[in-house]
Formats: sequence, structure tokens, C-alpha cells
Amino acid sequence: MHAIQYAAPRTLQDALEILQEYGAKARILAGGTDLIVQAGTGARSVDVIVDGKRIPELMHLAFDPADGLTIGAAVPCCRIYEDPQISRRYPGLADAVSIIGGMAIQGRASVGGNLCNASPAADSVPALIAYRATALIVGPKGEREVPVERFCTAPGRTVLGEDELLLSLHLPTPPPRSGAAYLRFIPRNEMDIAEVGVGVSLTLDEQGTISGARIALAAVAPTPLFVPEAGDSLAGSAPTEESFRRAAQIARDASRPINDIRGTIEHRKHLVGVLTRRALERALERARQAG
Amino acid sequence: MSEEKNDRLESSNGDVSRRQFLKGLGGGIAVTGVLATATETETEAHPAPEPASASAVQRLRGKVRVRLNINGQEMTALVEPRTTLLNTLRDHLDLTGAKKVCDRGSCGCCTVLVNDKPVYSCMMLAVDAQGKKITTVEGLGTPEKMSPVQEAFVEHDALMCGFCTPGFVVSCTALLQKNRNPSLEDVKKACSGNVCRCGTYPHIFEAALAAAKKMRGA
Repeated sequence: MHAIQYAAPRTLQDALEILQEYGAKARILAGGTDLIVQAGTGARSVDVIVDGKRIPELMHLAFDPADGLTIGAAVPCCRIYEDPQISRRYPGLADAVSIIGGMAIQGRASVGGNLCNASPAADSVPALIAYRATALIVGPKGEREVPVERFCTAPGRTVLGEDELLLSLHLPTPPPRSGAAYLRFIPRNEMDIAEVGVGVSLTLDEQGTISGARIALAAVAPTPLFVPEAGDSLAGSAPTEESFRRAAQIARDASRPINDIRGTIEHRKHLVGVLTRRALERALERARQAG
Repeated sequence: MSEEKNDRLESSNGDVSRRQFLKGLGGGIAVTGVLATATETETEAHPAPEPASASAVQRLRGKVRVRLNINGQEMTALVEPRTTLLNTLRDHLDLTGAKKVCDRGSCGCCTVLVNDKPVYSCMMLAVDAQGKKITTVEGLGTPEKMSPVQEAFVEHDALMCGFCTPGFVVSCTALLQKNRNPSLEDVKKACSGNVCRCGTYPHIFEAALAAAKKMRGA
């Protein structure tokens, strides 16, 4: 067991300097619910834990109707669902962050960490994709923005360079008459990893026709899976059982799950169909309530 | 620390329980460990003054003296930066109420309150717990003067083997501090991160609801 150092920089610049010095051997600590276990078991080789929670930008959470929602990379899940305005504006995200682990996890674990951990089963990621979220990355050469659906590249791997860190996530303000939802199936009632997760968002026009929709899936591919063709199939359609079934079938066909301890390929594909349809129904209900 | 433990062993009228014996032994080992490493680098982990230049960020390495506010008391321990709050409580501070079972945030047996929120102490570093208010199950009550939740667990027979009990007591306490009139669903949600292999959930939920009622004076 090799020694691990700990640093708690107070500025982004200080954090970036440590990343430059240690490269992949430095890891940013937010809630620690993945990192502390991975470092402890040796699943990830870490020389320096860089605590991001003292950097103000990483703990920043703000909603503005003009700019949308900004979630600092180390903001814990509970701050999202405990904020009545944010959970009302982004119910699909609130769905996801309120079922990640239990209360003791949600008080610490961050959405940014959930994304950087790059698990294909991460609950918050399909919801972020449904909301058109972008990841703001900062490194020695400055800032860059990446759509969340392009952030994860393989299980445990992301587009982050060794000298870069995730600063924040940005979710645009949903247009009027929009709704979103995240649904997950797990073998237990709680505290489990998704067998399948589905995040959707849809927007209605003034006549009640769907003007746009986005569908993203968890745990059915090596990375969180955005299925643009499933959402696009709904554009211009009435929100009917038939159009929802068609979109669900496209999502099902796009999924490429594996057999593992939580489920079989067949069961996962079945779940993609069922959950996509149900998530669309819930999002529709919310879009109609949003008015 | 070892003297205190030895005192405890001696004050038990010669009737040393297995638990006390093991604890005394553990203390001895811990002391040896500290002596053996006393020559290693020791860093003060208390919040350092603002660094003057960007490169002056303090890196904690080797052995670190952490100062923790636990159950209303200031405590210090010499740990590694990687040491979890759970291991610090159990191995360095003789607070063994929080149990080490899965050590990976799945079972909830190590739940403590950090600034009144439930937290798995196995997933928090001791260095990161500095400056926060930590409450372990020992801080909620004593066998002689139990908290309403602890009392309700006894009254409602809310345990079998008892190993998960401290975690459940802490999780229920966190709920009742926030919500004086919880529903059964609220209690289930608050306990969703705690596992009881004996399956005593119905009694645990009854105990939490009874404690809430008692705390409301109903």
C-alpha cells in the first residue's frame, strides 16, 4: 500500500498546478464516494488526492432563467433536490440525484463526480444529456466546453486530459412546455446500480405537438448512451402511445447491453423499451403541467 | 490514550469483558504503531494560513495530526492523509460505535452525522472532516441516558445481532432532527442506505415512528 498525499487548494490555479505536476496520479476529490473506495482498494492508482471542495467555483450552484443552471463539479446531489426552484425547473435531474445511493451518499456525492467517474450506469448522466448539458473543462491552455454525451469515452475514461479538471456543468433553461424524467430499474429497492436507466426530455409546441425530444440511456453500452434518433422520431408527432412506442423501440434497438450480475441482454433490452415509454409519459405530464 | 484504556480495564473490578480485553490489546498495538513511526514526517493538518504563492499549497503526507470535533469534544489523532474518518474513529480514538462492515459505502453500518447530515464515515477522509461537527452514535446517548431513538430501538426490539444498529440509530436521528412528523415512507427513505441482514426492518421503522411521536410529546 503506497502513501497518498492530500492537498486542498483554494484556487483553480493551484489545483491545476498540482495536476500538471502529478498528471494521472492526481485525482480530484469531491464527495469521495467513488474515489476513496477506488484509492483504498487499489482500483485506481493515486499519488495525490486534490480536494476540490475549497475551490469556490467547484461548489457554485446557481439558476438564472436567462443563463440556465450551473452546477459546480463538487456540488453534492442533495443541494440540487433541496433547492425548490432547481428541482421544479429540472425535475428529470432531481429524479436522478435523489436515487443515487441513499441519503448518506447524496449528502456528499456530486453530479460532477458521477460524470467524471464515467460509469456506464451513472444515474445522473442520462438526465444531464436529456437536458442538453455541457461540461466546462479547464486546463493550463484555458477553458473548453464539451457536450455531456461526448464526455465519457469508455468505462472509467473521459475526455479530460491529465492536466485538466471538470469545472462545472451547464444546463440551459428548458423551453416553455417542457418536461423531463429519469427512470431506473434496479434489482433491489434502493442502493443498487442501474440495470437500465432512461433519461428523457420533451418539449411541446402551442398546439400540443412534440417539437423536440432527447433520450439517453444508462447501463446498456460502455458509456452513457445518447440516442438522438429516438428523440428525433418524436419531433412533429403528437404525444401518443404509438409515437412513444416507436421512440422506445428505436432506443431499444440502439442499446447494446451485456450480460452481467444485474441482468441479461434480453432483460435489459426489454427494460429500455418499458422505461423509455414510461419516462416519456412522465415527461409529457410534466410538460403539460409546466404550461 | 493507552493509559486511559488501561484505566478502563482496571476499573472493571477484575471482570474484564472480551470487548474490553480486545480494546485494551488494540490500544497497545496502536501505541506501538505510533512509536514506531514517530520519526516519520508529521504534518500539521489544521487549516494552514493562506499560501502566499500559487505553488505553496500544502501537501499533507506521511503522518498527519488531525483535529476533529467529535461529540462536542476536540480530539486529535495521528493518521495518514488516506485514512478514513471511520478508521480514525475506530483505530485511533476508541470510538467503535460506527461499525466497519463493507468499507465501501454499501451497508450504512458506519453512518455518522457530519454537520447534522448522515454520512458514511468509510467514504470520508479524516483530513476532510476537520472543522466539521461530527456526531457518532456514542454522542447521541449513553446506556444510562439514552436518546429517544435509542430508547425506542430497545422498546421495540429493533435489532437482532445488533451490528447494523448504530448506523440505523444515526440515520433515524438525522431524519427526526429534520422532520418531527415523518411518515413510514420518510423513515424507509432515511434508512435506505442501511442494511440489516437479520431483517429487523419492521421493528426499526416502528421504533423510528415511536421515537418521533415521543419527541413531539404526543
